[in-house]
Amino acid sequence: MIKIRNLTKYYKNIHALKGICLHVPEGELFAYLGPNGAGKTTTIRILTGLTQLSSGDAWLNGFHIHQHTLDAKRQCGLVPQSVNLDQELTVYENLDVHGRLFHMPSEKRKEKIHELLTYIDMEDRKDTPARQLSGGMKRRVMIARSLVHSPKVLFLDEPTVGLDAGIRRRIWALIKKIQQNGTTIFLTTHYIEEAEFLADRVAFLDEGKIVANDTPQKLMARLGEWAIDRIADNEMNTVYFETREAAGTYSPEQHESFTLRRVNLEDAFLSLTGKKVSGKAPGQKEKS
Amino acid sequence: MKGWSAVYYRELLILRRRLSRMLASMSVSPLLYLIAFGYAMGGHVRVEGYSYTEFLIPGLVAMSSMTQAFGIASEINISRFYWHIFEEFQAAPISNRAYVCGEVLAGMTRALIAVAVILTLGLFFGVFLSYTPLFWLAVLLNSFIFASLAVAVAMLVKSHADQAMVSNFIITPMAFLGGTFFPVERLPEWAQGILFLLPLTHAAKSVRAAAFGQTPSLFSYLLLFLAGCICFTIALRCVNRARD
Ligand SMILES: Nc1ncnc2c1ncn2[C@@H]1O[C@H](COP(=O)(O)OP(=O)(O)O)[C@@H](O)[C@H]1O
Ligand SMILES: [Mg+2]
Repeated sequence: MIKIRNLTKYYKNIHALKGICLHVPEGELFAYLGPNGAGKTTTIRILTGLTQLSSGDAWLNGFHIHQHTLDAKRQCGLVPQSVNLDQELTVYENLDVHGRLFHMPSEKRKEKIHELLTYIDMEDRKDTPARQLSGGMKRRVMIARSLVHSPKVLFLDEPTVGLDAGIRRRIWALIKKIQQNGTTIFLTTHYIEEAEFLADRVAFLDEGKIVANDTPQKLMARLGEWAIDRIADNEMNTVYFETREAAGTYSPEQHESFTLRRVNLEDAFLSLTGKKVSGKAPGQKEKS
Repeated sequence: MKGWSAVYYRELLILRRRLSRMLASMSVSPLLYLIAFGYAMGGHVRVEGYSYTEFLIPGLVAMSSMTQAFGIASEINISRFYWHIFEEFQAAPISNRAYVCGEVLAGMTRALIAVAVILTLGLFFGVFLSYTPLFWLAVLLNSFIFASLAVAVAMLVKSHADQAMVSNFIITPMAFLGGTFFPVERLPEWAQGILFLLPLTHAAKSVRAAAFGQTPSLFSYLLLFLAGCICFTIALRCVNRARD
C-alpha cells in the first residue's frame, strides 16, 4: 500500500531524511516512532504532497507520488500534527469543504458526513464552529474530515499529542476501529505506549534513518522480557532478564533502589540508538 | 481545473459569516473620502466638467476594487501560517490552477461587494452615473489583476509583516496616485509616465470614462487584461513553489 525507496530530504543544509526504505502492506497499522526532530513529519508531508522530496521514490496504492500526484493524493487521508480546522466554519462545513475538495457528489457527501459524525459521536455538534470545540473534539473532527473521501491510507501525525490520558484512549479506540474497517494506517508518535498499544509493526526513526522495523513483540524480545531499573549514586541504568525468575535472582548493591518492570519499546529504542524516544539522554535524571 | 469551486465555496462560507462586519468596514474609508473631499469641496470644485463627488466615485470604485481584491492576500496568509489551512488544499487532489482560480474568484467577489457598497453610498450623495457593461468589465479586470497579485504575494512572503510591507510600498501609493482623487494629467510629465505603467491608472480611467458615458480606450482594456494574465501566471508559479 505504501512503498518508499531511498527517500532523502534536505532543507537547505539540514539533512532531514537520509535514505528511508519502507513497505507498509494493506490493512496494517504501522507506527513510526522517534524523538522530536527525527523526521517523522517530514516523511508524512512528502508522502501527502505537502513537501518536495530531494531524491528517492514513493508509491501510494501503486501511484507514484510525483508521476501521478493527483491519483496518489486521492488514496490518502491526512491528519496533520497541528490543528488545521477552519476555525470560523462549523464542524459540518469543515467536512463538507473537504468532500468538495475531493470532488464528491452532493448526495454522497451528505450521507458520508452524517455517517462519520455518528462514528465519532459528534452528531449533536455538527453546527458548532470549530473554534468552540475542546482539543480532543478537534482531533476527532480532524480524523473524521480525513475519512470523508474514504481514503485507502490514513496518515496520522502525532494524533494524541497534548491530549490527556482519557481522551488519548478514546482516540486510540477510534484509530483501531478505522483499521478494522480496512484502512491502512501510518501513524507517527513519540509516545511509547501509543506504538505498543496500537501498532502491528513499528519502525524506529532516529536522525532521519530507520534503525529498526519489526513487530513490537520482536523488537522488545531482543532484550528479554523483564527489566530492572536501578538507581545508585544518582545514576540510573537498566538490566534485562529473559524471565521473571532470572530477574528474581537480582541482588541489589547497598544504597541502591530498584524497580522491576516489563521491557517496553523505550528499552528497545534506547538499546539501538543510545537515546530515549522522549528525548532524554540515558542516565539523565527525570525532571520533576 | 476540477476543485476550484471547493476553494471558492470555502471562501464564500467565510465571507457570509463576516458579511455584516465586512460591509461596515468597506463603507468606512469611502465614506470618509466622500465627506472630506467630496462633500466639503463638491459644490465649488469642478473636475473635467463634473462635480468633485461625481469625479471621486469612479476613482473610489477603482481604488476599492483594487484594495479589496488584494485584501485576500492577508486572508490567505493568516490561514496559511497561522491556521495551516493551506495544507488542506495542498493535500487535496486539485491542481494549482484550480486553487488559484478559487482564490482569485473569491478576491473578485470581495471587490464586487465593495463596489456595490460605494455605488450605494454614491446614491446617498446624489451621484447617478451610468454603470454600463464596460464599467463592470473594467472593475472585473482590475480586481482580477489584484486578486491574482494577492495570491502570488501570499505565496511568496514568509510572514505577515512582509505582507504589510507590500501593502505599504505598493498598494497604498498606487491607491492615492493612480487617478483616484485627481486627474493624472495634473501631475508633471515624468510622473505621468510612471503612472501610465500602473494598471490602476488605466482601471481608474476606464471606470471613469464608462461611468461618464464616454467611450473608454480599448488600449486600456487590453493592457488590463494582459496585466491580469501575467499576474495570474505568476500566482500559479508561486503556488508551485510554496512547497518547501
Ligand atoms: N520547513 C522546514 N525548514 C527547515 N527545516 C525543517 C523544516 N521542517 C523540518 N525541518 C527540520 O527537519 C528535521 C526533521 O523535522 P520533523 O520531520 O518535523 O521531525 P519530527 O516530526 O520527527 O519531530 C528537524 O531537524 C527539523 O528542524
Ligand atoms: Mg512532527
